[in-house]
Amino acid sequence: MSTPSVTIREDDLGWNLPARGPVAMYCVIGAEVAMFTIFVVAYIFYIGKSATGPQPRDVLHVPIFLTICLLSSSMTIHFAVRFLRSGRMASFGVWWLLTIALGLIFLLGTLREWRELIAEGLTIQTNLFGTTYYSLVGLHAFHVTVGLLALTTVLIFTLRGDVGKQHTERTEVLSMYWHFVDVVWIVVFTLVYIIGR
Amino acid sequence: MQPSLMAAFLLAAPYLSPTNIFAPASTPAQSILDLSVFVLEVTGAIFVVVFALLAYAVVKYRKRRSGEGREPAQVYGSTQLELAWTVVPVLIVVVLFLAAARVIASIQNAPKPANAVEVTVIGHQFWWEYRYPSLKVVTANELHIPVSDPLHPTPTFLTLLSADTDHSFWVPRLAGKTDLIPNHPNSLWMDPHETGLFLGQCAQYCGTQHALMLLRVYVQTREEFDRWVREQSRPAQISGPVSEGQKIFERTSCINCHAVLGTSANGRFGPDLTHLMSRETIAAGAAPNTPANLRRWIQDPNTFKPGSKMPAMGLSDRELDEVTQYLETLR
Amino acid sequence: MSTQTISLPETYEASRPFVEQLHQWVTTVDHKRLGLLYIFYALLFLVVGGIEATIMRIQLIRPLNTFVSPQVFNRMFTMHGTTMIFFVAMPLVFGFANYLLPLMIGARDMAFPRLNAFSFWMTAFGGFLLYFSFVGGDGLYGAGNAPDVGWFAYAPLTSQTFSPGHSTDFWTLSLLVSGFGSIGTAINIIATVVCLRCKGMTLGKMPLFAWLNLTMGGLVIMVVSPLTAAQLMLMVDRYLGGHFFDTQAGGSAVMWMHFFWVFGHPEVYVLVIPAFAFASEIIPVFSRKAIFGYPVMVAATVGIGFISMSVWAHHMFTVGMSSGANTFFVLSTMAVAVPTGIKIFNWLATMWGGQIHFTVPMLFCIAFLFQFLIAGLTGVMQAAAPFDWQLTASYFVVAHFHYVIVGGIIFASFGAFYYWFPKMSGRMYNERLGQLHFWLFLIGFHLTFDFMHVPGLLGMPRRIYTYEPGRGWDIWNLIVTIGVVFQGAGVLFFVANMLWSRFRGALAGRDPWDAWTLEWSTSSPPPDYNFARTPEVRSRRPLWDLKHPEDPDWHYE
Repeated sequence: MSTPSVTIREDDLGWNLPARGPVAMYCVIGAEVAMFTIFVVAYIFYIGKSATGPQPRDVLHVPIFLTICLLSSSMTIHFAVRFLRSGRMASFGVWWLLTIALGLIFLLGTLREWRELIAEGLTIQTNLFGTTYYSLVGLHAFHVTVGLLALTTVLIFTLRGDVGKQHTERTEVLSMYWHFVDVVWIVVFTLVYIIGR
Repeated sequence: MQPSLMAAFLLAAPYLSPTNIFAPASTPAQSILDLSVFVLEVTGAIFVVVFALLAYAVVKYRKRRSGEGREPAQVYGSTQLELAWTVVPVLIVVVLFLAAARVIASIQNAPKPANAVEVTVIGHQFWWEYRYPSLKVVTANELHIPVSDPLHPTPTFLTLLSADTDHSFWVPRLAGKTDLIPNHPNSLWMDPHETGLFLGQCAQYCGTQHALMLLRVYVQTREEFDRWVREQSRPAQISGPVSEGQKIFERTSCINCHAVLGTSANGRFGPDLTHLMSRETIAAGAAPNTPANLRRWIQDPNTFKPGSKMPAMGLSDRELDEVTQYLETLR
Repeated sequence: MSTQTISLPETYEASRPFVEQLHQWVTTVDHKRLGLLYIFYALLFLVVGGIEATIMRIQLIRPLNTFVSPQVFNRMFTMHGTTMIFFVAMPLVFGFANYLLPLMIGARDMAFPRLNAFSFWMTAFGGFLLYFSFVGGDGLYGAGNAPDVGWFAYAPLTSQTFSPGHSTDFWTLSLLVSGFGSIGTAINIIATVVCLRCKGMTLGKMPLFAWLNLTMGGLVIMVVSPLTAAQLMLMVDRYLGGHFFDTQAGGSAVMWMHFFWVFGHPEVYVLVIPAFAFASEIIPVFSRKAIFGYPVMVAATVGIGFISMSVWAHHMFTVGMSSGANTFFVLSTMAVAVPTGIKIFNWLATMWGGQIHFTVPMLFCIAFLFQFLIAGLTGVMQAAAPFDWQLTASYFVVAHFHYVIVGGIIFASFGAFYYWFPKMSGRMYNERLGQLHFWLFLIGFHLTFDFMHVPGLLGMPRRIYTYEPGRGWDIWNLIVTIGVVFQGAGVLFFVANMLWSRFRGALAGRDPWDAWTLEWSTSSPPPDYNFARTPEVRSRRPLWDLKHPEDPDWHYE
């Protein structure tokens, strides 16, 4: 039989370390920022270098409405989490649904924008602008999609009545990801539609 | 290292290897050597000191029988020591950095004098194309440049381009290596102080036959170089009627890749063959330029360079003889 | 203050059916089992990578040799490099981190056990995918489509034009997949160290092993994604007609190099910092002294982590960057040598005044110190960019980085194997076999990698399947190849030792080395739950405090 001795202090001081969920999500966000940085650098490097094909100012229309939708969804998810924290499940559900709807509008709007661009002769193969544009915006849209899938999963659980205020921290971690996706859009939007045009 | 030992080593260097980086024959290679010797001295000194300390510690502080049962004094740190062995390395770094920065500037930012010989080097899988734009010379695989008198330098400036993947031009005795990257022109200069043949090879993996993309740089006296230029800029000197070999050469797809100035052959994918016989080797140095090798090369390039981009042309024995004879006339 | 004694039941393994045991291993989420899986995986690929190296060395033993074709040789150096970095060294450091971190910080498991399992199996699948390339595509004839573009896969060689088969795709996809595994493990390491330390173990009181692996985790988070990004771009070029690196369309081959080396250089620090961690645990125990300069060691490591992200273009000194850019990278590269040197001095100071026990782990760590010193100095030589214009892409740099990876990382890892083998298996290794392994491997390592510097100085480039006679390279290549025999023999003795000792070694007990960190307070091997009651610590060496109640560390820290 093995019997190690362990000293246990009776005056148990509080020992509070950070919660692992947010720490992990910060790491995920860090890794994603690194990935987006590379695509942003490639985009910046190739600005003005496309010898042929449509140039940004020829074909890009600033997606103001879509941007407003996406950025508002940060606000709606913030309210949703607030309601969850105080246990107001109905309000939580409504604001959560609103977030998904806004995200979905953004995604569908992006797809529509791409359809128009393709019709105007810009594909990923056309030139350097096409390659870097679709890759960067597409990478972001992919992250929006993944986020929406996660949000929808939570929505389904909520509709089944399985979500309660004890899930606030996890939901907050998920909302961190969603806020990150929005911040990335601010960067991409500024770079592609304002600086790079 | 004692100066005499060092001098002896450097004198012997060219005989240890024709591509010895310690046997410079040109200013850039010499500058690099001077810096290298300094860096080696500094790092050598560091090595000797730290090695000695480590060896001493390992021997002196080994566990003895007498130390049984007692733990040695526990020392947790020392601010002075930490400061000392931070500050000293920082100073060493500053010195080495300044030494290196100076040589970088002197080599990379060297101005191109008006009398410089200009050569455009285009790297291909797996051969070297040389164009002398102002001298109207196009050749392949064997670079000829004039020797440079240190008092009145006539350097050669190479513009490095690539037709396909990345390559690197490395002739150790003449200069450090510089890469040939498509869509990214680079520049390299050298001013060899002695005549002779200098060897090197491609130093950036470029595909199957990267290993046999060899470099041969012939440094000649001014007269020899001028004569070479005159000969190279002439079209092919073909006397008499068109030979059977030339006909085969021109109707088979040889001319899709190769050029012979003065004939209808104008392909740019492979080496220019106008003065093929003026070269000592074929296949970018893979084999000596003899009739037998030439014939074997044309029959199947995979004999010398498996993976070479030149396909086996499927010529019959008679056709091979004829074509080889034709090529033998391209002096 | 009351002291309670807790009796721990002995863990015992009833003999269960093989299928059940296999199932337990495959579905495990226990950090110790996953750690062992990583380590076994790494060892398996070490042997495979070693075979690939041996094939190359046989081909290069004399000029114009025809042992293998250039196509096979080019696949060998690509697979050797890719395998050793991604499927030997990374799994090795992840394996030790997984096994030891929870034990050292007094936790029950890693922060995310299921993510841990997922990460391991992603890495494992990546390796499987890479080796499937030998039979995939064209099948065994012509050795399939194994990658042959070099482990850093420069563009445009990797474009469809120059690599029309699937060799590049196997390279890209296998690393993409294992990259996700690496990021998962890094998240786990960071969350574990930040969130699961036992009571009293502030960041300043955790073992250096924990600090160094935390730094490694941070580096992985920041630098693996750039590789993933670059590989996604490469796939866009190859399959969607993109032009990221398409030089014909104005794309930049140099940009691939930047993106790759932004990953590639910090990657070697990802590998070496855990080796530093091994040395930082082993050297103090066998010098019978606390590590010298703990706070400085932490600061130096974190400093190395940060600076290492600013040096990448020293791999690109010959691509034609401006003199200003080259000069910057000379400075940053030389700067990273300063904290690295500080660490060597601190290890030296740890041994100084101590009582050095020449156990097998310590032998490996002492060799590590000497060899890492040399490796660092040849690195400083190449940091001087003009010198590097001769040395890079030659056998000198090949010798340098093998000195770091084999002479530094592998030696330290062998030290770690022997040091923690008793904890992991419950048994002592065979001392004589261990010594044989050490001396054979040492001789082989030096035969191969000391002399490998010479052909580089004499102008021999890397990645060539053969070379001309008359360059003065012949004798050196011969000696280099001979060294392989000794290294192979050493590794064989190592494997034999591990196997024999696992079943026949003397029982190790809880703390065979009289060491000071928490993993030595559990049984050997530890029970599934690690600690019956979560420990509480007051200093960096909790077991020293228990063993020396009259003179505990927390009086001095």
